[in-house]
Amino acid sequence: MIQFDHVSKEFGASSVALSDITVEIRDGEFVFLIGASGAGKSTFLRLILRDLLPTSGIIIVDDWDITKLPQSKIHLLRRKVGMVFQDFKLLIDRTIYENVALGLEILGKSKEETEKGVVDVLELVGLSNKKNSFPLQLSAGEMQRVSIARAIVGGPKILLADEPTGNLDPDTSWDIMQILREIHSLGTTVIVATHNAAFVNEMKKRTITIKNGEITSDEEKGRYHQTERGKEHRHHHSEAHKEK
Amino acid sequence: MKPLTTSWTHIRRSPYQALAAVLTMFLTFLVSGVFGLTVATSFLVLHYFESKPQATVFFNDTAQTPQIESLKATLEATGKIANITYVSKDDALAIYKEQNKSDPLLLEMVNADILPASLEVSATDPRHLKELEPIMKGAPGVEEVIYQKDVVDTLVSWTNAVRLVGSVLVVLLSIDAILIVMTIIGMKVAMKKDEVEILKLIGASKWYIQLPFLLEGGMYGVVGSFMAWLVMFILILWFRSSILSFLGIIPIIGAVLGNLLSAAFFGCTIGFLFILSALGFLLGGIGSLIALKKYIAF
Repeated sequence: MIQFDHVSKEFGASSVALSDITVEIRDGEFVFLIGASGAGKSTFLRLILRDLLPTSGIIIVDDWDITKLPQSKIHLLRRKVGMVFQDFKLLIDRTIYENVALGLEILGKSKEETEKGVVDVLELVGLSNKKNSFPLQLSAGEMQRVSIARAIVGGPKILLADEPTGNLDPDTSWDIMQILREIHSLGTTVIVATHNAAFVNEMKKRTITIKNGEITSDEEKGRYHQTERGKEHRHHHSEAHKEK
Repeated sequence: MKPLTTSWTHIRRSPYQALAAVLTMFLTFLVSGVFGLTVATSFLVLHYFESKPQATVFFNDTAQTPQIESLKATLEATGKIANITYVSKDDALAIYKEQNKSDPLLLEMVNADILPASLEVSATDPRHLKELEPIMKGAPGVEEVIYQKDVVDTLVSWTNAVRLVGSVLVVLLSIDAILIVMTIIGMKVAMKKDEVEILKLIGASKWYIQLPFLLEGGMYGVVGSFMAWLVMFILILWFRSSILSFLGIIPIIGAVLGNLLSAAFFGCTIGFLFILSALGFLLGGIGSLIALKKYIAF
């Protein structure tokens, strides 16, 4: 379970990323986190991973108050919480197998256990035939699947995905979303920060909307409301206009 | 990838940096080892002289046995003598023969006539020697009185000088070695900044990330110290006969270098290698640790 209790995060005095957030995400849920760029979605995920500390408030992950977690135990939290990054964060000088194997090697697993785990998870993401390739030999969609494989190979209880389809075409994006849905069906809590209205509307999962650092809606079978899309579109349009 | 394999990959990918680190370590341990051995040997020499009689009274060839006996009795009568031994010309020849048994040429050239008879004197307290000096020097037939103290004092001043110069050099070279390893490991960490960041984000422990770098520094130290040991080992074998002819009289040196198949020689060389390697690992490890502390925030 993840609990945010009056959590705020400021980057300097004038930049408020999250403001007084209180929310609870239960074990085994699939949650979409939606909102415009800069709304605070990534900050929300980075706080769960303890990549950032809140300015105020308490964050509980699996009974741990992670705001009080000592530096020496952060890696234990990150073994419970896998993260999929928009920019994949793969090691380009290692093969796909080696990249995914990292997720098990850091846990001290034996060579045999690692081999079995990597083969299984590469099969799940449909990359069994690419295990000896290097990241730069793969398409963006394939790299994202490697990133997912590495995040789940150690069996985390929670999987965070920060704009996992941000760099992908619609078809590949659907593949990625199917994989995330499959991981969820195996019992993992999945939180996906996204811009993609089609997924949200199609999958009908719990949807938390963040706007200017505050939660504006939290619906069990949420939709990416047309108004949100419109506002976002207008926001982007006016930003683009300003830049001109 | 296991930590050692990762360290080896780091080394393989930047061989010139590794060479710089290993050569610095080699130089540090060669100088440290040579000075260490010199100081250890000089202590053995000192100890040897200190355990010898404190003064030796040499007689000229005209001295008669009664004169020598008389001086011995006079000295004993003072009550300040701990031990006094008469070494006749024949005894002196026997000692000379024993010391030079491996060199027949030296044995041929010497007979009992050219060696002086002597009295080896140890006082109950070395300070008493000053009071006994007039008796020894004034006795008939006495050619010369040699005090071990003079020899020991000269040796002590030499040993101290060697130790001082050696210590300064060893400290400077050790600091240099640590700085070189620190710089090289620092560069490697900087080059692998993204990798370190990713490892941290996916839950790698501090030691999982740091151990390969730590082992890499340690390996530079171990390889450098092994090379230094090898060079010293060859040098000692090369100069073995010269060392033995100068210092073979000292029991430990004689026992260690006298027989290359002996347990003493084997134990000393392997022990020395072990100590140097451990110090090498420590020195390299310290350099790495400082770099890790500075460049990886946890």
